[in-house]
Amino acid sequence: MDVINQLQRQYVDFLSSLYREGLLDDQFLQIQKLQDESNPEFVNEVVTLFFEDSEKLLHNLAIALDQQLVDYKKVDACVHQFKGSSSSIGAQRVRNICVSFRTCYDAKNLEGCLRCLQQLKDEYYLVKNKLQTLFKLEQQILAAGGVIPIMG
Amino acid sequence: MARSDVFSRKRWSEKTSNNFGHDVHVLAVDDSLIDRKVIERLLKITSCKVTAVDSGIRALQYLGLEKNSVGFDGLKIDMIITDYCMPGMTGYELLKKIKGSSTFREVPVVIMSSENVLARIDRCLEEGAEDFIVKPVKLSDVKRLKDYMFGDEKQETNKRKLSEMSSESDITEPDYSASPSPPTSISESSAESLSSSPSLDSSTTLSSPASPHLSTTSSPPCSPSLLTSPTRRLKMTNLELD
Repeated sequence: MDVINQLQRQYVDFLSSLYREGLLDDQFLQIQKLQDESNPEFVNEVVTLFFEDSEKLLHNLAIALDQQLVDYKKVDACVHQFKGSSSSIGAQRVRNICVSFRTCYDAKNLEGCLRCLQQLKDEYYLVKNKLQTLFKLEQQILAAGGVIPIMG
Repeated sequence: MARSDVFSRKRWSEKTSNNFGHDVHVLAVDDSLIDRKVIERLLKITSCKVTAVDSGIRALQYLGLEKNSVGFDGLKIDMIITDYCMPGMTGYELLKKIKGSSTFREVPVVIMSSENVLARIDRCLEEGAEDFIVKPVKLSDVKRLKDYMFGDEKQETNKRKLSEMSSESDITEPDYSASPSPPTSISESSAESLSSSPSLDSSTTLSSPASPHLSTTSSPPCSPSLLTSPTRRLKMTNLELD
């Protein structure tokens, strides 16, 4: 029982820190609300889709910004999609970078865009890492026979 | 915030027996796979049957309004919810096509968009959109939609008109919207108001008291929470012009 309590406390502390640091916002909570016994893997599925989508977009952005003649419309399309998906799962800091990214490509500021892309990569991999840790904690709780605490 | 629970429940059950012996069937249109997955789940959790497609063209094909349509007789769609920004055909263009059709012009269309642009909202409402939701879409948005379209408020109005806004100020909805701070507070009042919603009866997962709710802080008039309803948004505009 002690082990479960400890794991649960660890989980709550960790998730709280993600909210506190602004990595996740309320939308992540909304996504968690959609998970239940009939859909026990929902959060994991959505987040996995987000990972796949994001990495593809980062790759496409790198290519688009590497061209002799940068097609800023392509950049816009990628960042717009990234903004949407990060917003939908509550990856707040990633979403915020997308917002500033737009200012750069609207102004056709290549240097600014490259800087934003780097920031985007940094924030994305950070939140990816945190979410993977979160899922590991969840698995540990379940493996120990406990339930995942609902944040409140 | 006062809403008579007993009264609304009775009117809702009258509505369901008249119109909906079946589950509400929603057609969801969004080019984003993630958003499709989320909206589908949001709708299913509110007991709707969902068909999700990835473009306006596919939506028109499904409805039988397009060449190479797969539409079939007796297709019953109760609501269409579509993203605004989509490659090819935008949600706005899809809205126009639907409102221009004889078969589906009466079906309520809801637009979703990540951009909270008043001109865009106005344009959509003028073209006949039932409502406009700013993304990301929340459970409270979908429940609100379902309640007012297929619940106790349906007989008030299908189309929200400017002239009716003042009377609607009495129908205040609980403030479900997100506060940017970490969700560490559970608001008693929002839990109560959620449990009074009839749609919760069919989705027991949500009525659990342990599930966290968003804090109901009294927000200033221009807070995003009030802007989730298009009529409130328009009301704000009127206030600003005064």
